[in-house]
Amino acid sequence: MKRSISLLTFAGAAVAGAPALAADLNVTVEIPKLTVAEYHKPYVAIWIENPADSTAAGTLAVWYDAGNKEDHGAKWLKDMRQWWRKAGREMTFPADGISGATRAPGPQKLVFAGSKGALKALKPGQYNLVVEAAREVGGHEAVRVPFSWGKPGKPASAKGAAELGAVTVSVK
Amino acid sequence: MTFKTRLLAVAAVGVALALPLAAEAHRGWLLPAFTTLSGDGSWVTVDAAISNELFYPDHRPMRTEGVQVLGPDGAADKIQNASTGQYRSTFDVQLTKPGTYKIFTASNSVMASWTENGEVKRFRGSAEDFAKQVPAGAADLKTIRMANRNETFVTRDKPSAGALAPTGKGLELVPVTNPTDVVAAEPATFKFVLDGKPAADLEVTFIPGGARWRASPGEVKVKTGADGAVKFTLPEAGMYWVNATVRSGETGRGPGGPGMGGPGGPGGAPQGPVQPLAGNGQSASYTAVIEAQRP
Repeated sequence: MKRSISLLTFAGAAVAGAPALAADLNVTVEIPKLTVAEYHKPYVAIWIENPADSTAAGTLAVWYDAGNKEDHGAKWLKDMRQWWRKAGREMTFPADGISGATRAPGPQKLVFAGSKGALKALKPGQYNLVVEAAREVGGHEAVRVPFSWGKPGKPASAKGAAELGAVTVSVK
Repeated sequence: MTFKTRLLAVAAVGVALALPLAAEAHRGWLLPAFTTLSGDGSWVTVDAAISNELFYPDHRPMRTEGVQVLGPDGAADKIQNASTGQYRSTFDVQLTKPGTYKIFTASNSVMASWTENGEVKRFRGSAEDFAKQVPAGAADLKTIRMANRNETFVTRDKPSAGALAPTGKGLELVPVTNPTDVVAAEPATFKFVLDGKPAADLEVTFIPGGARWRASPGEVKVKTGADGAVKFTLPEAGMYWVNATVRSGETGRGPGGPGMGGPGGPGGAPQGPVQPLAGNGQSASYTAVIEAQRP
């Protein structure tokens, strides 16, 4: 019974051309505390990837130094290289609902509403949530966590090796 | 044309003529510090040199007078802050518009011989001067045409194709993959055209930079198909020197070769009777520096 209801929901979504799901995407990103001589908080792009062809299916958040007087932070957006190539360079910055300030070390709890932005138009299916970090005079790392959009699911997580700690994703 | 620009044009042709005669190991390059940039405050700095090892300036600077820039809209732009040192030149390009910029040198030159009033005449210079100075329908006219092109590409924000249209002269790269969108270990495709037509069966060599720290050159050689297209995969991220050359007919080397006469015609040191060229020929070379981005 439950199964047929969700199937109907899917059918309805397909007809409407957009998912009727109002679920949210809960993401926790751990920015590691690094003991280095010169520390700058990382630039971070949080985006959705189609696993089949590695294309971008939307950008959820970009943390950068938009307040920089000289270049408005745009100069270093390219350093989040995968996101830049697949999505960022098509966008205009600052981007409403996406641009944000860089964040301090520690777990960053985020909730992306299914009714807004990239998630609003996201069709049900399998995706990767990509958290990509680039740090001034530091390294670059992208962490991918698979998730299923269209129904609530168990949290999944993956861990970075250097520039990112644990990334946990759940659809609620 | 002012006297000064004329001198520069002659100098540029002189460099172009001298290049193919120099040892093959001398490689000209325009090396940008970045090929991918973001934001409207973007500038890029470029090194320009002729060297043996890639990309270490160890031989001669490339002169900056002949360096041209095409902006994303295909309109001419400019280099700034040019300076030439012992081994390399440097200059900057301000990326005022989003899209792909082409930074390049290009020369088209001609060597010719013909007979006029029973005397052998020789010409050597730019294609434009050839049309002006060599009489149309000259008797026994033989020509060796030389085209040399050396390029690099830089993209601010989203790549574009406006600067990349071929001119139809010499050997040129026509992007299928934008040259700033090549990623290590991912297949990419370029197309080559000779005088605007597909350059089939052309060998294209990709040589990675950083030669000093590698025991072998690590070059990748591929051949174009009938449509002039070549699919290639560069193994490692980094800057690559791309080269392809076409030669047919006479090269002008050897007796009666380019040693005869100076640019613009006779006037070189007397060295016996002027010899006609042995036949017609063409040589065209294409060089570029591209980046294979880290995946």
